[in-house]
Amino acid sequence: MKIVVPIKLVPDLVEELTINDSGTALDMTWLRLIINEFDDHAIEQAILLKEKSGGDVIVLAPDGEGVDDMLFTATAKGADQVIKLIGNFEDGVNSHALARAFSDVIKDLQPDIVLTGVQAHDDQDGSVGPLLAEFLGMPYIGYISGVDLENGKALTKKEYPGGLIGEMEIILPAVLGIQAAEQPPRYVAISKVRQASKTSAIDEREVTDLNQSGGPIIDRMFQPEAGEKATMIDGDEEEIAAKLIEIFEELGVL
Amino acid sequence: MNQDIYVVIEHLQGQVADISFVMVAAAKTLAQETGGQVVGLLLGHNAQEMAKTLSADRVNYLDHPALAEFTSDAYINVLSKIISAEAPRAVLLGNTSIGADIASALSVRLGLPLVNSCVSFSADGKFTAQICGGKIMTEGSLPEPTALATMIPGGYKPEDGQSAQPPHITPVAIDEIDDLRVKFVNYIEPEAGDVNISEESILISIGRGIQTEDNIELAEELAELLEGTVCASRPVVDQGWLPTSRMVGKSGQRVKPKLYLAMGISGAPEHIEGITDSEVIIAINTDATAPIFDIAKYGANIDMLDLLEELIDQAEESKGG
Repeated sequence: MKIVVPIKLVPDLVEELTINDSGTALDMTWLRLIINEFDDHAIEQAILLKEKSGGDVIVLAPDGEGVDDMLFTATAKGADQVIKLIGNFEDGVNSHALARAFSDVIKDLQPDIVLTGVQAHDDQDGSVGPLLAEFLGMPYIGYISGVDLENGKALTKKEYPGGLIGEMEIILPAVLGIQAAEQPPRYVAISKVRQASKTSAIDEREVTDLNQSGGPIIDRMFQPEAGEKATMIDGDEEEIAAKLIEIFEELGVL
Repeated sequence: MNQDIYVVIEHLQGQVADISFVMVAAAKTLAQETGGQVVGLLLGHNAQEMAKTLSADRVNYLDHPALAEFTSDAYINVLSKIISAEAPRAVLLGNTSIGADIASALSVRLGLPLVNSCVSFSADGKFTAQICGGKIMTEGSLPEPTALATMIPGGYKPEDGQSAQPPHITPVAIDEIDDLRVKFVNYIEPEAGDVNISEESILISIGRGIQTEDNIELAEELAELLEGTVCASRPVVDQGWLPTSRMVGKSGQRVKPKLYLAMGISGAPEHIEGITDSEVIIAINTDATAPIFDIAKYGANIDMLDLLEELIDQAEESKGG
């Protein structure tokens, strides 16, 4: 069983985001990047499947600030091979271009199943998973929070609103968009990651053509105006708590 | 080619999803500009009734046993043929568990550009979309000649896509759907929790800011004093700290309490979707730019854990006094 997991870095939303001089894209200079949280779940689900049914886990990511750490972390968690896509990724690429790049590399790997994050918060032209599935000619199901493998098929749990789950069967090879792994992504100590960086290697694959067609042209990017923002309560915790108690009493909840 | 705006109608267990009405309302704005019609595409089996409440000019109804329940494969199969044959000006789909599974595939298969997470459209055919959890907006023209767009709620009221007057319903014959690789097996209904948070009037909701499982006790303590219930955003439930029945948002419950106290929740669109019917939202977050403050009535920029203990003390005092 060969389990392939394409992942990517996304801007850390805890940091302040700024828009570059063109006014149509994020300023990448000071951006702090972190693993797309759904991709982290995809890695976890892949490792869980490997532990349950055996197989090899191969994790791929496009080049970028912090990518080596992210890939060595995957190795420390149990990935058997990690691959970095080398190409012109500095200015960011859209989902169509990234999915094309992934599909070129993944085709040769001949996976039985591909797991990736169901979405990323910076997707402007669809998510990588379903785009990749179509480029690979594989079927796709997204919003997955459970996977079992049996006889060339995967039995999946697909999330719908209100806590409803749709059980779906999909013929392999297939791409699954992971919403949540069956257990929270495991923690690995930094020392283990450091060790992985010394004892294992990152394979590299050159990607020449980053074709972005299929995405929209952005004329303007902006931060939403603080039109009807909340009335902010200032002060230390004591003052804020006092004001909240007042509001609770006004609302008749206390 | 035509100037119509097509809307892929989403439905689940015999109910039209709210996002479908939102999309019909959005399509009306776009159709005014193009001069075309608003056309609903309803795929299902013995499901024609569901077309009746849509405020569309026309609904094309596609019936097939393989469409009885949603599967990506069957939907893509049917929709790709219609869209390539009719080439409407735009096709709207939900950025949901249904729409997001098919929009990208249609984009690749038909070579059509796709705009993700649109909130609204202007009368001159421009889209406004959201990225980065609602912290960044983008604007542009809908690509020509045919654009695919996924939508999130927020820009239109579902009521504006509903009508008491049924639209023209046109049954459309479809070819055999074969070689399906995805099969629906069955639904697993959500486990009934100890409480139904969608019926609760006071909710103390916690997010990542709670930091550890032990701290949930503090939220429980406050909830007890306010005679409310503790619920949570996705990360807390994913950690296994609270049951799924307490999850608020897109995959969880839509709540409508009198008071929604959001503590340590940033307000990603998936969460916001579940709380817009709350009467009063109070948000506590250390990040002053968190989108939760855009929809809250009151807010405070402080660590939820520092505040919680103080709030419990003062609430106890106030009750005792």
